[in-house]
Amino acid sequence: MSLQSLDIKRRSATTTPPPGVRGEVVGGGVAKLIDTTKCIGCKACQVACMEWNDLRDEIGSNVGVYDNPTDLTDQSWTVMRFAEYENSAGDLEWLIRKDGCMHCEDPGCLKACPAPGAIVQYHNGIVDFHEENCIGCGYCITGCPFDVPRLSDKDNKAYKCTLCSDRVAVGQEPACVKTCPTGAIVFGTKEDMIQHADTRIVDLKSRGFENAGLYDPAGVGGTHVMYVLHHADRPGLYNDLPKDPEISPTVGLWKGIAKPIGVAVMAFAALTGFFHYIRTGPNETDEEDERKAKEFMDE
Amino acid sequence: MNNSTKPRLIQRYTTGQRINHWIIAMSFILLAISGLALFHPAFYWMSNLLGGGVWNRILHPFIGVLMFLCFFIFAARMFRHNFLNRKDIQWLRQAPDMLSLRDEKLPEQGRYNGGQKVLFFALVFLVLGLLLTGIPMWRSYFSYLFSIELIRLSTLLHALFAFLMICAIIMHIYAGIWVKGSVRAMTRGTVTEGWAWKHHRAWLRELRDNTSRSK
Repeated sequence: MSLQSLDIKRRSATTTPPPGVRGEVVGGGVAKLIDTTKCIGCKACQVACMEWNDLRDEIGSNVGVYDNPTDLTDQSWTVMRFAEYENSAGDLEWLIRKDGCMHCEDPGCLKACPAPGAIVQYHNGIVDFHEENCIGCGYCITGCPFDVPRLSDKDNKAYKCTLCSDRVAVGQEPACVKTCPTGAIVFGTKEDMIQHADTRIVDLKSRGFENAGLYDPAGVGGTHVMYVLHHADRPGLYNDLPKDPEISPTVGLWKGIAKPIGVAVMAFAALTGFFHYIRTGPNETDEEDERKAKEFMDE
Repeated sequence: MNNSTKPRLIQRYTTGQRINHWIIAMSFILLAISGLALFHPAFYWMSNLLGGGVWNRILHPFIGVLMFLCFFIFAARMFRHNFLNRKDIQWLRQAPDMLSLRDEKLPEQGRYNGGQKVLFFALVFLVLGLLLTGIPMWRSYFSYLFSIELIRLSTLLHALFAFLMICAIIMHIYAGIWVKGSVRAMTRGTVTEGWAWKHHRAWLRELRDNTSRSK
């Protein structure tokens, strides 16, 4: 559902300006910072997400790892992904990453979406799906660099984390942030979250994690969900978090230059035909042709 | 004799071919409408012609399969008439003469001219390409079988092939409008002898020699 209290920066498949009279948001918009170094993998965030958004995934079965459910679904908008990493000293590091929508500043889902208003980006940076406008084509999945949106088998609409846009619109933090028992998930303006991450990174470096850093990938214009990683040089350790995510060049071509050029050339082709007719007139068969044909046939 | 002023007619397409052609044509129009609606926001309103965005998304691939099947039955029956020969190449070289109504300068053409033959093979390639790239995009049934990279590539190629096909069909439709007497070949199955003499003389000669031989 559209939130009238939040201005819209981008609206899918729309070529005119979306509603946005309130102007710029201070502090770089909102951001959720997930500190993987503080996460204990309790999955309280998953539970809070289910509760607030009224979602109930199917009961699955144990597949031998802690991941439960094993993947994002239309009912599970966030999932803890557990990775067992043996570091160079031979010690085990349990790297746990809360997966879900990254709320890209340059969202591939929104770029790919053909349905006007099915995906919006608010001025505060939240990328939200408005399912009542969704047609179920799955282009958002094709466009997403993080493999986040999921089509529901129930209604064929795409779903993902909303960053609790309904809570944020009334001045509350997302449900996962509110519930996190270790303070591994914090929420505020993007500038404040970067500052907070910096103090965490200094602390981690002093404890020997020399590659600790912030994950705020520039390839998608930065994200409004960021991670503090112990190994920011190797995000792939965290269940294949992409190192330099960007909107795929294939998607960029398809939803970029191909659109205006394609339409222009098709229109040109039709107009060429029309004006050719205006110039030369029709190619007609006259009585003379019929007469010659008759002679030809009777030869 | 009253008969002498009336042009004599020749059969060009059978009833089955005509029905099939128009099923393909109607499918193509629906596919172009629903495809363009998804391609560019300027055309999204056209999804209303298929019952709105969701119906647009549901129906497009099914209509696509229908068109593929009908087209390939159609194309199989036309295949042997469409091999390019030297005269066709010459005809294509003289496209400016053809476009400026200097038909008398053009080499004699058989059942199909060089342009029609090129269009035939372009359409065979494009329809096949559209089917193959359409399958990975069909979320309800097939996408889960393919990698995301392949889905992205298919999506781009699907748009490219569709674009080329629309351009080719614009040409095809225009040729039908421009060359008077062509549309009746596909609506009533017949053309006049004069039309065949002017545009496909080698074909007419073939018909004449065959009938005289059978006599």
